[in-house]
Amino acid sequence: MADVASYAADDVDNLKATELRLGLPGTEEEKTTAALLPTPPSTPRGKKRDVISGAAEEEAAKTAPPAAKAQVVGWPPVRSYRKSCFQQQASSKSKPPPAPEESAAAGAAGALFVKVSMDGAPYLRKVDLKMYKGYRELREALEAMFLSCFVSSGAGAGANADAPAVNPSDFAVTYEDKDGDLMLVGDVPFDMFISTCKRLRIMKGSEARGLGSLKNN
Amino acid sequence: MGRGGSRAAPAAAMPPWHALPDEVWEHAFSFLPAASDRGAAAGACRSWLRAERRSRRRLSVANCYAASPQDAVERFPAVRAAEVKGKPHFADFGLVPPAWGAAAAPWVAAAADGWPLLEELSFKRMVVTDECLEMIAASFRNFQVLRLVSCEGFSTAGLAAIAAGCRNLRELDLQENEIEDCSIHWLSLFPESFTSLVTLNFSCLEGDVNINVLERLVTRCRNLKTLKLNNSIPLDKLASLLHKAPQIVELGTGRFSADYHPNLFEKLEAAFAGDGLAVSVSHLHKFHLNIETVNFQVMDLIEDHGLAVVASSCNKLQELRVFPSDPFDAAGQVSLTERGLVDVSASCPMLESVLYFCRRMTNEALIAIAKNRPNFTCFRLCIIEPHTPDYITHQPLDAGFSAIVESCKGLTRLSVSGLLTDHVFKSIGAHADRLEMLSIAFAGNSDLGLHYILSGCKSLKKLEIRDCPFGDKPLLANAAKLETMRSLWMSSCSLTLGACRQLARKMPRLSVEVMNDPERACPLDSLADETLIDKLYVYRTIAGPRSDTPACVQIV
Repeated sequence: MADVASYAADDVDNLKATELRLGLPGTEEEKTTAALLPTPPSTPRGKKRDVISGAAEEEAAKTAPPAAKAQVVGWPPVRSYRKSCFQQQASSKSKPPPAPEESAAAGAAGALFVKVSMDGAPYLRKVDLKMYKGYRELREALEAMFLSCFVSSGAGAGANADAPAVNPSDFAVTYEDKDGDLMLVGDVPFDMFISTCKRLRIMKGSEARGLGSLKNN
Repeated sequence: MGRGGSRAAPAAAMPPWHALPDEVWEHAFSFLPAASDRGAAAGACRSWLRAERRSRRRLSVANCYAASPQDAVERFPAVRAAEVKGKPHFADFGLVPPAWGAAAAPWVAAAADGWPLLEELSFKRMVVTDECLEMIAASFRNFQVLRLVSCEGFSTAGLAAIAAGCRNLRELDLQENEIEDCSIHWLSLFPESFTSLVTLNFSCLEGDVNINVLERLVTRCRNLKTLKLNNSIPLDKLASLLHKAPQIVELGTGRFSADYHPNLFEKLEAAFAGDGLAVSVSHLHKFHLNIETVNFQVMDLIEDHGLAVVASSCNKLQELRVFPSDPFDAAGQVSLTERGLVDVSASCPMLESVLYFCRRMTNEALIAIAKNRPNFTCFRLCIIEPHTPDYITHQPLDAGFSAIVESCKGLTRLSVSGLLTDHVFKSIGAHADRLEMLSIAFAGNSDLGLHYILSGCKSLKKLEIRDCPFGDKPLLANAAKLETMRSLWMSSCSLTLGACRQLARKMPRLSVEVMNDPERACPLDSLADETLIDKLYVYRTIAGPRSDTPACVQIV
C-alpha cells in the first residue's frame, strides 16, 4: 500500500515539474486542497457552487419539469432595474418572476405565440395574439411584419411610406384552428378566434383572391 | 559692433519661458480639456502642477475610494463640475453585498465646504440620500446640472428639495436609479418663475407624475431640448403634451409599457412631421425609425428581421443595445441570433458601440462582424447560456473574439461570453492595446488565461471576472500591473486568502477587499491562508484603507 502511495506521489511530483509555473521567485508551494468555504468549480463546466443555488436546484427539481435550471446569481447580466420590465411584460400585474416551466402555448397570464407563415417569405414569424385588441390591430401588425420585408430590403429609410411593391389585396390571412382546418380570419369574434387559432398563414396570389383580401378582412 | 556700450536691446522684456507667471500656464492649460492631458502636464514640474491644479474646472473621480473628498477639494480648488463613481460595475447584477459603501455624503459635504461655486455634480453607483440632495440644493447658488446614474438611497422628497431650491437648474438627469416614492409631487415644486430647464430625465421613476404639472413645466421652459419620461404618462397623451412643447428635440418614452398601441407612432409621427425629432424608444416591440437615429435600445423581440430593417434604414447608427426580453427562459422564444448583429455591422458604417444579448453565435459571424466594423470602440456580447460554443462547429468562440480584437484597433471596452479557452486571452492580451475595460465570465481553463490579460493589455484600467478558473499565481505574478489599473474584481474564481494577504503586503498602495457570504461577517484573521475566497475587489488608492466597510467586507 505504502509503495503504491509513494509511487503515486512521485508521479504527481513529476507532473508538477512539467507544469507551467507563474509564481514569483521564491514563492512557496501552492495551496493544499483544504478549504473551509465552498469551493468554486475547478473546471469551466463546474456545477453550481453555492449553498444558495444548491438549495434552489433542489426546489426547482421538485416543483418544475426537468428542463428548469437553477439561476446563477447575477446572470445573465441584466440590471435588476430592467428585470422588473420583463416581469411586467411576461405576465400581468403583480406576479412573481416568470416560472421556468412557462411553455410556448403559455399559461393563464402569459403570452400566446403562434407561428405565422407567409407564402414566399423565407422564414416564419411568431406573434403574440394576446397583444392585439382586435382584427384590425392584428392585420396592421402582420402588414408591418411581412410587407415591409419586401418593401424595405435594400431600400433606404422610410420605405414603408412609399407605395409598396406588393399589393395588400393579393393576400389573405388564414388560420389553422383546433381541428386542423384552414379558416379565413375575421369570421368569428376576436376572442373566440384567439382561443381556437393554432397558427396563421398568409396566402397569396390566385389562391387568395377567391377568399378575400387583407384589406377587406 | 565695435563701439562700446551696449547697443543690444534689453535681452528680455519677457522672462524665460519657465518663469512665466501661472496665469499664462493656466490659460494654456485651458486648451487641454482631456483630464489625462492635464494630468500629464501637472506631472512635468512644480510650477505646472500648481498652475494646472488651480485652474482645473472639471474633475472626474472614477473610484470614490481612490482619494478622499478632502484631498480632491484641496488639490483642485476651482472645480465647477465634478463626477464621482462608486460601486464596482458588477453591483448592477447583485454581486456586491448591500451596504458595501460608496456613500455620496462625504463628497457632498466636502464640496459644499470647498467648492461653493460648483455647478455640476454627477454620481454613479453611489448611495445618495435625501439629505445629500437637500445639501446640494442649499449649498451651491449657481447649481445647474445634477446627474444621478444607478444610484440609490433617495426618494422623491430629495427631488423636491432640488426642484424647490435650485433656481438655475439646467439639467436633471436620473438614469436607472432606485428612487423611493414618497408620493411627494416633486415636479410641482419647481416654482412658476423657474424656466431654465434644458434636460429633464425621470424615466426611472416608478410613481405617477401629474401630467398637468408636467405640461406647465414643459411649456414654460422654452429651452427644454431633452425630455425623458417614465411610463406613468399614458403614451397616447404624449402627442398632445408634445404639441404644447415644440422646442423638444429628444424624447424618451420611458420603460417598457405592457399595453401596446400599434398606432401610437403614427400619432407621434404626425405631431412632428419634418421636425427631425429623434424619438428614443426604449424597450418597445415596434419601433419608430428615424433615419437620424444614432442611439438605439431595444428588446430582442425586434428579432433578426427587425434588425435587418434597422440596418437598412439607420445608417447613422452609432450605438445599438439589444436586451433579452426573457433572460431566464432557457428555450428562447425569440428569433434573435447572430444574423441580426451581422446585418447591423455590415450596413451601419458609424456603428461603434454594441451591447447584444443573444442565445447563439458562431466564429464565422464574429469574424464577419470584425471585418465589417473595425471601428468598434465598445463590443459587449452576452450569450445567455454560459459556455455556449459555436453552434455550428461546436468549437470555442476563441477565433471569433480574437478577430474582434485584432481588427478593432480602437476597442476600449470588451465583454466576452460563450465557450472560451485560454487562447482567446492570449489574443486579447497581445492585440487589445487600447482596451480599458474587460469583462469575463465563465471562461478560460487555467491560470494562463488571467496571466495573458494581466501581462498584456497595455491600457487596461478595469478588469472584472466571475466564475473563471483563475487562481493565485497570475495575480501575484502581475501584482505591479494592478497599480496601473483602476480596479480588479474577481468573484467565484480560485483565489485563496493567502494570496490576498501576500498581495496586500507587497502592494501597499492597493486596497485589497475580500467579501464572503453577506449573511454573516467573516473574521478573516482567524481563517487560514488556504481558505478560498468568494469575492475580491482590488483598487489603487492614495487614501489608505477606508473605514466604512460593512461586516461582510474586509480589507486585508
